[in-house]
Order: sequence, then structure tokens, then C-alpha cells
Amino acid sequence: MAGARADIERVYRDSATRVLAALIGRIGDFELAEDCLQDALVAALERWPAEGIPANPAGWLAVTARRRAIDRLRRDRVWRAKRDRLELLRRLEAAPGDPLDVEIPDERLRLVFTCCHPALSLEAQVALTLRTVAGLNTGEVARAFLLPEATLAQRVVRAKRKIREARIPYAVPSRAALPERLAGVLAVVYLVFNQGYSAALVGRGHADVLADEAVRLGRTLVELLPDEPEAVGLLALMRLHQSRAPAWSGDPERFVPLDEHDRRSWDRAAIAEGLGLLERASHHERPGPYQIQAAISAHHAISPSPQATDWRAIVSLYDALYALQPSPVVALNRAVAVSRVDGPAAALELLAEIERSGALRGYVPFYRARAELLVQLGRRAEAARTYRRAVELTTWPEERALLGARLGEIAGGAGGADTSGGRHEWPRSSSSSSRTPTTTKRRAGLWT
Amino acid sequence: MHYALLIFGDDARYAAMSPEEEQDLVRAYGELTRRLRSASAYLGSVRLCDASTATTRRVRPGRVLTTDGPFAETKEQLRGVFLIRSETLDEALSWADQIPGARLGSVEVRPIRSTDLS
Repeated sequence: MAGARADIERVYRDSATRVLAALIGRIGDFELAEDCLQDALVAALERWPAEGIPANPAGWLAVTARRRAIDRLRRDRVWRAKRDRLELLRRLEAAPGDPLDVEIPDERLRLVFTCCHPALSLEAQVALTLRTVAGLNTGEVARAFLLPEATLAQRVVRAKRKIREARIPYAVPSRAALPERLAGVLAVVYLVFNQGYSAALVGRGHADVLADEAVRLGRTLVELLPDEPEAVGLLALMRLHQSRAPAWSGDPERFVPLDEHDRRSWDRAAIAEGLGLLERASHHERPGPYQIQAAISAHHAISPSPQATDWRAIVSLYDALYALQPSPVVALNRAVAVSRVDGPAAALELLAEIERSGALRGYVPFYRARAELLVQLGRRAEAARTYRRAVELTTWPEERALLGARLGEIAGGAGGADTSGGRHEWPRSSSSSSRTPTTTKRRAGLWT
Repeated sequence: MHYALLIFGDDARYAAMSPEEEQDLVRAYGELTRRLRSASAYLGSVRLCDASTATTRRVRPGRVLTTDGPFAETKEQLRGVFLIRSETLDEALSWADQIPGARLGSVEVRPIRSTDLS
């Protein structure tokens, strides 16, 4: 029976989001809709092994859930006390009942935009989106974010309560509001991706599921909003990041900087998909931060080697990105690209400016970037001190180990010849700071 | 569904306004009220005197505490309230955006559990 259960769960997973989105629309209450869909899943697990998977499983789930909702509204003491109970009951009882006929409208956009409403805190948006749109269970999400399950469950409960009590509408935003609201949705998806991707980079399990879910969400958004170039751009960006995984995922003991990737191992299919999506987005001629970051990533993807990369183009792209998102993280990433055009000393000056502004104090990637630039200039002792600072700052034990390993390499004299004399002669064997992947909390773009 | 739009601002900033600026402000609030009424969204509003005119009382077992001033010393203080009808939070938020005080300070949008305006 294990096979049957797995099949049922797969069918459920494929249609759950769509069914939930439609149920919330019809039932009008988030929590009630979710509880009833959960009941329907239980019923499916009880009946489908014997009766077979129905021809219209989504319809079956929707009708079963609706019946459960009517039951609860009639019998449940908590619901009997609520004022809008009769209104909801009336709506539910009026709906058609035949599972074979019922067509589930695609209300997933309403669900996504509601889960990512700006009236909810970002943490709540992430928790709610992963639980309801992605369909991950609380345990999976909690483990991926290194949070106690109870904390995550609380966040979801509070978010749903706020949706209900403040009357956050179950709606797709108006045309005027759409760009800003969409930016919010994309930010949630990218945050989830980064969380998963960064965890994978330091060899932490559990979070891999997040990167896959983010891509899945990204695909859904592109499907639902095909004419939104930023949604397309975000998916392109995520696929291009993923394309590089084969080059670093085999070695959990140390970071493999982009410079050292065996580019032949990059996933060609993912690159092709990413490039194709970027091309598609560009037809709209509405550039945006995700498209720009994808374009930067695309430059790496098409370059057979670090030396062959069009760094000037990348710096220009960072200029464009900075114009849209003048954040110190973007400035940092741009400085690293500048080091490839004007040399590490020029880049160090840019980093010094950022440091003077106090903006990235405590931000580990800043120290890594600085340290690697110092290594390139042969200033090993300073580089080692900077790496020591990074080790102190990081909160992830895996990252501390990796930073420590790199610190050991530098202090031990590895990483290439001393170049304090040469002009524009960056040692080939040293790792570039621009490539070192790290955990991210505020990144504008990943480098690996 | 009713919402309270709580207008917070820096009293000093308002006090420093020229008569023209004040008049513009009064006019803007008047226009907003008119728009709210036409949309059948207006329940009422109050404009408070400055926070410095406030007195705060706390009744505790055996004693009553009196403070000269508002309940908490914050940079922005409560200056006024609009009570409106709105079906959704988004609608209430778009009314809040139109409050002149939102540009000068903050407007908190709070759903109302029950209203009694007798």
C-alpha cells in the first residue's frame, strides 16, 4: 500500500495549491479552508486506495472539503459563535456538488498576493507562502530556517488571524498596485531561494527543499503572470544560480569560488533555460533588478573562463542595478567586479568607502571580499586578520569551518604567489573574493 | 467593517507651520472628509489638542496616578482620528494614504471590533 499512498500524496501535492486557492475564494476564510482541505486529504487517504484515484481528483478534494466546511460551520462550537457563520453557510450550500463536473478555477494568484500582503511582516509572508502556496509542512519549513517548529506554527497562526481580523482582501492587486505588490512576492520567493541555496553551499541539508520550492513558485508565477518580465527574470536568475551547483556541491569541505569552477560541469540545460527566460523577459523592454542580476549571472554562464568574462559589461550592469537598488550590498558586489577591470587596489578603495559609511558592519561577505582582494595584493597578514574577523561574525557553524579553512590556507602561504610588485598580474591560482559564496541575509545577488 | 485611522505626528513640526501651510492643511482635510462622505465611508473624526495638553491617569489598587502629558513620551503623538467604513484593509489603506498627516508622520490603520457613536 506504500506505493498507493505515495501516488495519492503526489496527486494531492500537484493539485493542493490550486484547490486551496479556490476554496479560500469560495469559503471566504483562510483557516477554515485549510482545515477542510486537510480533512479532505485524510478522506482521500482512507478511500482512494480502495476506490482508486478519481478521474477528477482536484474536484473530488474540493467537493469533499466544501462538505466538511458545511459540517464544521453547523456543528463546531467555535464556528457557531461567529457572526458571519450563516453568510458563509449560505454561500457554501449553494455551490455545485458533483466532483466529476466541478471545475476548479485557478485562484492561485489571489492566494499568492494575499500571503505576501505588505500588512504582514516579511517573516509571516515567508512562513505563510511556504505553508500554503508551496505546501511544505511546518516541520520542513522550521528545519530549513533553523527555527523551532512551534515558533513557525505561531507565525502562521498569527498571520492568518491578521488576514481575518484586519480584513486583508483575498484579491489580486489592481493594475496600479501590481508592480509594487509583485516586487513583494518576488522578494519572498528570492528570500526562500537564497535561504535554501546558501544552506546547500555550506553543506547543510534540509534547506535544499527550499531552493526547489522557490523555483517551483517561480515557475508558477511565470505561468500565471507571463507578461511580467521581473517574474521571468527572477526564474532566470534562480536557474542560472542552480546551473553552477555541480561545480561546488561535490566538495563540502571548502568553498569553491567561481574562479575555480570546472565550467564543463555546469548544468547546460539550466543555463539554456535561464538564458532563454532572460531573452524572453528582455522583449518587454522593462528592465528591473531581477533581470539585471540574471544578466550578470548570464555573463558568467556564457564565459568559458573567468578571464574570458566581459567584466566591463558586468560593471555596467551593476551600475544599472545600483540605480534601481542603491544598497550597500549592490555596491559591494559591484566593487568586486571593478577589481576585475581596474584591479584589486581600486576595488579596495570602494570597499573602504562602504566601510566608512558603516553600512555593512558585521556583514560576513564584506570581510570575505576585502580579504580576498588583500590576498591578491599580497597583503597576507591583513587578509588573515580580516578573515579572522569574518570567523568571529558568522553565526553558521558550517560557514565558520569553511572560513577557518580558507584562513588556514592564507596563513599557511597557500593561494598563489606574492604579487606586491606586479602590475595587473593577478595570480591565477588565488581565489577571488568576488566568487566566494557565503550565507546571505541581505544579498542583492549571489556570486556562485 | 469599520476602521480607525489614527493620525500620529510631531507636534513641534505642526506648531512651526506658517499660517498658509496650516490653511492648506485644513483645506486638504476638508476635501478628504468630503470625499469620504460621498463614498459613504465617513463615520466621524476628531482633531485633538496637542499632546502637551494631555493628562494621563492610572487607577491602581489603593491609589490613582496622574501624569502630566500623554500616556507615553514618543516623538510622534496622536493628533486625530478618522472613523471610516471599509470592506477591506486595502480600501482603508488607500483612505489612510490620502490623510495629509500621513505625509508628515504616520497613520495607524486599526480594524474596529465594535462601534458606538451614540
